[in-house]
Amino acid sequence: MARVGVFVCHCGLNIASTVDIEKVVAYARGLPDVVVAEHNLYSCSEEGLSSIRKSIEKNKLDRVVVAACTPRTHEPLFRKTCELAGVNKYLFEFVNIREHCAWIHIKEPLSATDKAEKLIAMGVAKARLLEPQKETESSVIPTAVVIGGGLTGLTAAASLAAQGIDTHLIEREEKLGGVLGDVEVISPEFSKSGDLIGQLVKELKGSRHAKVHLGAKVVAVSGFIGNFEVTVEGKGKQEKIPAGAIILATGAQEFMPKGEYGFKEMPEVVTQLELERRLASGNVPRRAVFIQCVGSRQPGREYCSRICCNASLKNALRIVRTRPDSRVSIIHRDIMSYGTASERLYREASDRGVVFLRYGLERIPKVVRKKDGVVVEVYDETIDEMVDLDTDLVVLATPMVSREDARDLGKLLKVPLDKYGFFLEAHVKLRPVEFATDGVFIAGSARWPSSVTECMGQGLAAAAKASIPIRRGKVVVEAITASADPDRCAACGNCVIACPYEAIEIVEEHGKRYAKVNETKCKGCGTCVAACPNDAMQQRGFTSQQLSSMIDALIKSTEEET
Amino acid sequence: MPKKVVVIGGGIAGIQASLDLADMGFEVHLVERTPSIGGRMAQLDKTFPTNDCSMCILSPKMIMCAGHENVKLHTYSEVEEVRGQFPNLKVRIREKARYVNIAKCTGCGDCIAKCPVKVPDEFEQKLSNRKAIYLPFPQAVPRKVTIDGEVCRMIKTGKCGVCKKVCQAGAIEYDQKDEVVEIDASAIVVATGFDIMDASLLPQYGFGSCKDVVVSLQFERLLSASGPTGGHLTRPSDGRTPKKLAFVQCVGSRDERMHKYCSSVCCMYATKESILAREHVADIDTTIFYMDMRAVGKGFQEFVQRAEKLYGVRYVRSRPASVQPGKDGKGVLVTYETKGLAGEQVTEQFDLLVLCPALLPSRGSKALADRLGLKLDEDGFLVAKDIRHPVDSTRKGVLVCGFACAPMDIPDSVAQASGVAARVAEILQGGG
Ligand SMILES: Cc1cc2nc3c(=O)[nH]c(=O)nc-3n(C[C@H](O)[C@H](O)[C@H](O)COP(=O)(O)OP(=O)(O)OC[C@H]3O[C@@H](n4cnc5c(N)ncnc54)[C@H](O)[C@@H]3O)c2cc1C
Ligand SMILES: Cc1cc2nc3c(=O)[nH]c(=O)nc-3n(C[C@H](O)[C@H](O)[C@H](O)COP(=O)(O)OP(=O)(O)OC[C@H]3O[C@@H](n4cnc5c(N)ncnc54)[C@H](O)[C@@H]3O)c2cc1C
Repeated sequence: MARVGVFVCHCGLNIASTVDIEKVVAYARGLPDVVVAEHNLYSCSEEGLSSIRKSIEKNKLDRVVVAACTPRTHEPLFRKTCELAGVNKYLFEFVNIREHCAWIHIKEPLSATDKAEKLIAMGVAKARLLEPQKETESSVIPTAVVIGGGLTGLTAAASLAAQGIDTHLIEREEKLGGVLGDVEVISPEFSKSGDLIGQLVKELKGSRHAKVHLGAKVVAVSGFIGNFEVTVEGKGKQEKIPAGAIILATGAQEFMPKGEYGFKEMPEVVTQLELERRLASGNVPRRAVFIQCVGSRQPGREYCSRICCNASLKNALRIVRTRPDSRVSIIHRDIMSYGTASERLYREASDRGVVFLRYGLERIPKVVRKKDGVVVEVYDETIDEMVDLDTDLVVLATPMVSREDARDLGKLLKVPLDKYGFFLEAHVKLRPVEFATDGVFIAGSARWPSSVTECMGQGLAAAAKASIPIRRGKVVVEAITASADPDRCAACGNCVIACPYEAIEIVEEHGKRYAKVNETKCKGCGTCVAACPNDAMQQRGFTSQQLSSMIDALIKSTEEET
Repeated sequence: MPKKVVVIGGGIAGIQASLDLADMGFEVHLVERTPSIGGRMAQLDKTFPTNDCSMCILSPKMIMCAGHENVKLHTYSEVEEVRGQFPNLKVRIREKARYVNIAKCTGCGDCIAKCPVKVPDEFEQKLSNRKAIYLPFPQAVPRKVTIDGEVCRMIKTGKCGVCKKVCQAGAIEYDQKDEVVEIDASAIVVATGFDIMDASLLPQYGFGSCKDVVVSLQFERLLSASGPTGGHLTRPSDGRTPKKLAFVQCVGSRDERMHKYCSSVCCMYATKESILAREHVADIDTTIFYMDMRAVGKGFQEFVQRAEKLYGVRYVRSRPASVQPGKDGKGVLVTYETKGLAGEQVTEQFDLLVLCPALLPSRGSKALADRLGLKLDEDGFLVAKDIRHPVDSTRKGVLVCGFACAPMDIPDSVAQASGVAARVAEILQGGG
């Protein structure tokens, strides 16, 4: 018989202010096989964990149920505590009574408490049937692949190579540098982008650990952390690169206006990148008007692209610094010069006479053709008046948008994107350069528009993360995998089709054909279990028997009430 | 023998750098000057833009860091001196006397209950008191008490000794002395974060003179379920629930006379705090006085829109001229100019006012930079070596990350911290 311990967490007041903890604990004590039920102010604090550990040891528990918050952040911690107390970590069951009870039913404490009891009853029922699992290890190919040879990818690849890790950098264009190829100087220091990119390229070329593939496209990716295979196609050749980790740094591109503000009709109206190219060739306008947020911060594309205000400030300064006779205005909605250095540029621009006018979405500026040039008509919110700005050039600051094929790449790598097509990291706050898929990392403007220093910081971060499994040389393989009972399996192949990881094949052993799961490839998603018509496919830790026992427990607890 | 790295500052940046370095196989010595790691993030209620509970996502990281086989914590400690050159740095760490044997202390709290001395609680931003023997917050790591030698009666006058009497574990040691340890480190990471400006330096905003003016970090504590009011939003003057709330942005930042730079996170945390206030008090009206709404991160614009449309937050582009106490010293009267040239001065009454003061390089960071030989910029933040090396300091072998480099939010601090780990690995591999 199992010896189950139930530990209910107050989470300070997060749970305790809604759920009646005492009542829940008393209820848990009456559940089958429960030897002990306790509660903690913060189960995840050092004190909470050590009291759970002591209780496991004292009461000789062999199944542990914690009713607290979410497994997404806390399961590893409690599993580790079980291990420290000598209980296999797969004999741990997590019940979420914070998100699922206290928070969502914050206004109905009685029902929240009742639901907490039911969830715990279900958790205990399942825990009784849990089985210990063994984790296996698999080896890691000591090579990294970086996709995208812009600033971010270059930084990541240079770091990995400098760490002594063999690295392949895949760039689909014929040259490295990405967007910076068209940006001559970089704010806030007005450094030359050519020098920066040049130095990175030199470091890579000089390293025996780095190999650059130009004009190369990623056409297929298979495998899993430690054992990927990246197929690259270019110049009529195909190459398969085995890799332990992959970094995605495919960047973003400038949004092309769709005829807003006379773009395409009037030669005086250009985008920021076009201005960059002109300034680089020494073509400095005398009069210029920048219009910010063209195509962003409006319905359909709500986001702020983070770098455009700073790019406009930089280019406005390049104009006024070189031409004392110049007249430059920036028409904006908010100036996003966050931090220290950019705010200094904003200040310098104001001091040097750059005019800042603020517009709102209700009255957007107009660009009108006049005999000798163009006029920007703008309603300035601050002074509550219409202002006409004669100018030689109108610069549209448009947002960075995702690359057209970002979604295709996402599919190849099985990683998600947000609604705008930027790649979606594992956790917005604490895992900014990781994907939920192990072994695949994200950095730079493919994740979100970012400045040069930010892109480089993220490139380095991804290089750090990618290096960790490679340094260790091995990874732990998920133990919660599926397997088919050969006696029940009819070899119908439904699971083979359903599996998104190509982990299942039909094999013939001892004259019997059945579905066999490759455990290193299996991610434990459970899709095959649902697809199996014969109940032959079972997922460890989620067997039909375990799940039925949960439903039975729920029915039982509901019947007891009536 | 693994190479050693000293990380200075145990906020989220220092914790992340330590974890990555430890995972890479380095021996990490994390030096934190307060009794617990966690930094500012430990004080926050929720975090923008997802409103994840801050402590809930931080706590596992703190515990993993402390439990990592390659990490050694030096809390209540400071780096006194660094001698030598990369990669042979000698780092002298002073572990201040806690007057508690941390090997014996179980963190049970019996001593705290009995201690007769009360002083303002820094963690609670002085909204409540703590004892002379204390645990900074319930989830503190390590969970060991500390005696504040500055205020403890026994240490100061030799008369008391209550904590020693009640301590079953025999952990109290009044004669404990500072200890100095020296680490032969190959590299150093500086992640010393920020402090919040003393808002009373700008008397026109009423901090210190009006009871119902608080600063943002205090407001985080007022919102927090584990804070001084148990998560009930009340105002200091009379403990009543505020129905009209206002925030003032850029208090002492973007200001020629104080700090010229933008603190980067205030627009977003004021928006967050407004949303949370509404979740505490269903009929609260909130106004945010601001200059530019700098919502530049992932999901930030949507977050501001949600505040405006779903939570009825009123954004007013104006910098208030003065703040006066309200009737009977309760609430405040805020005088500000409305938009446009035709704008006029209006005075509006609020129940509670939250100031968002400039966020400064942490106290003592100038002295630390001098000790380590690092350059600071004109605003007092750590300067990077050059554009190719954004997380290297001006001294070889010393890396920098987090708010100590420039104002930045949690994800940016975390990314930079991981980046530092990569650079440490590079330079110790023999790279430049
Ligand atoms: C006009 C403008 C001015 C700017 N000015 C400044 C400034 O002054 N200061 C500052 O700090 N920042 C500035 N920035 C921002 C900064 O330049 C960028 O954020 C940064 O260069 C982005 O680098 P990245 O490597 O992430 O992306 P990118 O530069 O976009 O590089 C991505 C690379 O990946 C390649 N790629 C894409 N898809 C694939 C694929 N499927 N397979 C293989 N390769 C692929 C692309 O060809 C490209 O080379 C500016 C940006 C713009 C647009
Ligand atoms: C009111 C408020 C709300 C916020 N809300 C959010 C939010 O919702 N989301 C978000 O992303 N960001 C938010 N932030 C910003 C967030 O707090 C910072 O991004 C983050 O704390 C930076 O982490 P850090 O580790 O760099 O610095 P810190 O958190 O400041 O940590 C630095 C650590 O170093 C220690 N230290 C300092 N000097 C020394 C020394 N000499 N020796 C040893 N140790 C030292 C300190 O004690 C501290 O523990 C908010 C900030 C404020 C003020």
